[in-house]
Amino acid sequence: MNLELSDADRAFQAEVRDFVRSSLPPELAERNRRHMHLAKQDYVTWHRLLNKRGWGAPNWPKEFGGTDWNPVQRYIFDEECAIADAPPLVPFGISMVGPVIYTFGTPAQKAHYLPRILSMEDWWCQGYSEPGSGSDLASLRTRAESDGDDYIVTGHKIWTTQAHFADMMFCLVRTDAQAKPQEGISFLLIDMKTPGITVRPIISIDEGHGVNEVFLDGVRVPKANRIGQEGKGWTYAKFLLGNERTTIAEVSTSKQRLRRLKTIARAEMAQGASLLEDPAFRDKVAAVEIELLALEYTNLRVLAAETAGKGVGPEASMLKIRGSEIQQTITELVCEALGYYAAPFEHAPEGSNLAPLGPDYAQGRMESFLYNRATTIYGGSNEIQRNIIAKMVLGL
Amino acid sequence: MDFQLSDEQKLLADSLEGWLRKQYAFEDWRKLVRSELGYSQANWQTFAEMGWLGVALPEDHGGLGGGPVETMVIAERFGAALVAEPYFSSIVLGGGLVAIAGDQAQQAEILPKLAEGRIKLAFAFAEHGSRFALNEVATKATKTGAGYAISGKKIVVWDAPGADLLIVLARTAGGSGDENGLGLFLVDNKAAGVTRRDYRTVDARRAADISFENASAIALGDAEAAFPHVMAVVDKAIAYLAAEAVGAMQVLHETTLAYVKTRKQFGRAIGDFQVIQHRMVDMMIHLESARSLALLATLKADAPAPERAKAAAAAKVQIGKSGRWVGQQAVQLHGGMGMTDELNVGHYMKRLMMIDTAFGHADYHQRRFAALANAEAA
Repeated sequence: MNLELSDADRAFQAEVRDFVRSSLPPELAERNRRHMHLAKQDYVTWHRLLNKRGWGAPNWPKEFGGTDWNPVQRYIFDEECAIADAPPLVPFGISMVGPVIYTFGTPAQKAHYLPRILSMEDWWCQGYSEPGSGSDLASLRTRAESDGDDYIVTGHKIWTTQAHFADMMFCLVRTDAQAKPQEGISFLLIDMKTPGITVRPIISIDEGHGVNEVFLDGVRVPKANRIGQEGKGWTYAKFLLGNERTTIAEVSTSKQRLRRLKTIARAEMAQGASLLEDPAFRDKVAAVEIELLALEYTNLRVLAAETAGKGVGPEASMLKIRGSEIQQTITELVCEALGYYAAPFEHAPEGSNLAPLGPDYAQGRMESFLYNRATTIYGGSNEIQRNIIAKMVLGL
Repeated sequence: MDFQLSDEQKLLADSLEGWLRKQYAFEDWRKLVRSELGYSQANWQTFAEMGWLGVALPEDHGGLGGGPVETMVIAERFGAALVAEPYFSSIVLGGGLVAIAGDQAQQAEILPKLAEGRIKLAFAFAEHGSRFALNEVATKATKTGAGYAISGKKIVVWDAPGADLLIVLARTAGGSGDENGLGLFLVDNKAAGVTRRDYRTVDARRAADISFENASAIALGDAEAAFPHVMAVVDKAIAYLAAEAVGAMQVLHETTLAYVKTRKQFGRAIGDFQVIQHRMVDMMIHLESARSLALLATLKADAPAPERAKAAAAAKVQIGKSGRWVGQQAVQLHGGMGMTDELNVGHYMKRLMMIDTAFGHADYHQRRFAALANAEAA
């Protein structure tokens, strides 16, 4: 047992740091610091820079264009990107549907979609939730009816993150209305330009546009776009959610936000002392820092078990629960640290000469807090995660 | 980065688990802690023969030269079995202090006897009025012809009743809060001027309040510069306690899980109820968070002082909070049975409470952590 990085790990760390430092456009890092919702082009720019370096899909095996990095290398990569304020990697292609395609897809699907995910020629979105099917996802009602070599898909998806950017949607549909809820579901890849698809924005409590409603009205989808077998979609959907839970802990992002929280608390003065010296506030910061440290090492232990070939089990749900709770605590403390300047909710438009209100570090922080209220809801709400652990790990 | 035990460490774990399973069932424990001594001298000899006492003591002095990971392996198993023998006081604290602060002759004299189980040590440091601050020491050590004379009062000295030698933290110079001017002193537990009041603690172990009146002592190493050594040993001791707490919490989680699967109310197992299921999940999350930071404290136990201290403080906060929570929920979910002395659950809860108290509660270490972490980032 030891916590030391090997010489090879250290060399890798230096390599990533050098690359990020020299390649990440400073204005992009700056925008990421200030905005919860980046423009599509910002994400695409960063992804393509990484892809050019061969790092477009850090979690994929090499045979599909991935890096073959081990978990420690992925941890190092995440850390270095977060420290530099690089935009987050868009998960829908590389973390979500990509592994489903290379694990369960046909040779033709692999050959067509994987390179387009790597190059970000296709932006993907996730067609899972429906107005009547949130936590009870298996009750979904969007139906796909067989019509020769195609399905005709009709239904209503909701909370579809960045559907307004998307070229493709991976979508859960019901192909058999008679079967048990979990057994009548299929997993389709749908071109967002197909006639019959309408995307309508949902403005969230941070006044941002990240999520959407997607209406599907008689959308014709070739059967060749189905993953695996008809009726086995639930298996692929669960595989995808399991992968998502290990990345959803967002340890590196939270560490960076915690550093920023301390910078803010050090700068905020009252009665001649900084907020970080205020005993009550300092205690709250220390408490969450310790929780984050525990999460970081739990995450590393899970990754190490994965390397040892034990696979990621349902205990990954634990990472999602703690990771989301910690993200919420930190973003809330940041707003608390800002005091009155958490209040202004107007931001100078890009390129404006108007000086921002309040200190520079106050920009976008309330939006970040508000948007992060979603972390305990999305990706399987924390209540559902607890159900999963109770059933799968504890046998209850 | 590697979280695997080595083959030797796995063997150590296996031998501990095998012996404890056979010789240290809850009913055995219950008999032991009701005896005069509070533990078994025969067990102590077995620990010596199995190499457990010497596993982390230096090879030059009869030990096996293991490190914090070996100590963690022992702590976790002892925690799971509530082992009452004074391993923590005698080996982790006592042996640790002699190995770091003692001169060569003292190490050569004391450590082999410790490893062979021929003597036991206890560490007298706490004073009423200092709470958890290790530098606030009023007990005085005055130079005499042959050595030192100790005067003062120490409280809740763990495992003092059965110890042969006391290691006393006392002041040779400076005022109450000074970190300089502190020394460690070896005092024979039967020496003139040592008055002990022995008692049982809430976790069924033994302790004493001790008055020293010109008790004759010799200095363990430098009589004025012991404080950094004390801090180093205490941080390692915190790593031990953290692993012990993990062992205890693991048992509570398993025991409670088994109980909620069998206990029936309203015609079904209470574990069918979602409120109970989520409570069990939260217990597991506490346990795993505690395990992660116990591991961190262990793997940083030999790191430079600020890094070591920060990891120990973080672990102490986590096991303090998690230990109390897991212990109390285990009692809660066992209902009335959880309240009985007959069931093991309450005894684990009490031990976890004492672990939280040892060297300062979660709040105390959270302030310590904040000071270290904020200095680092500034």
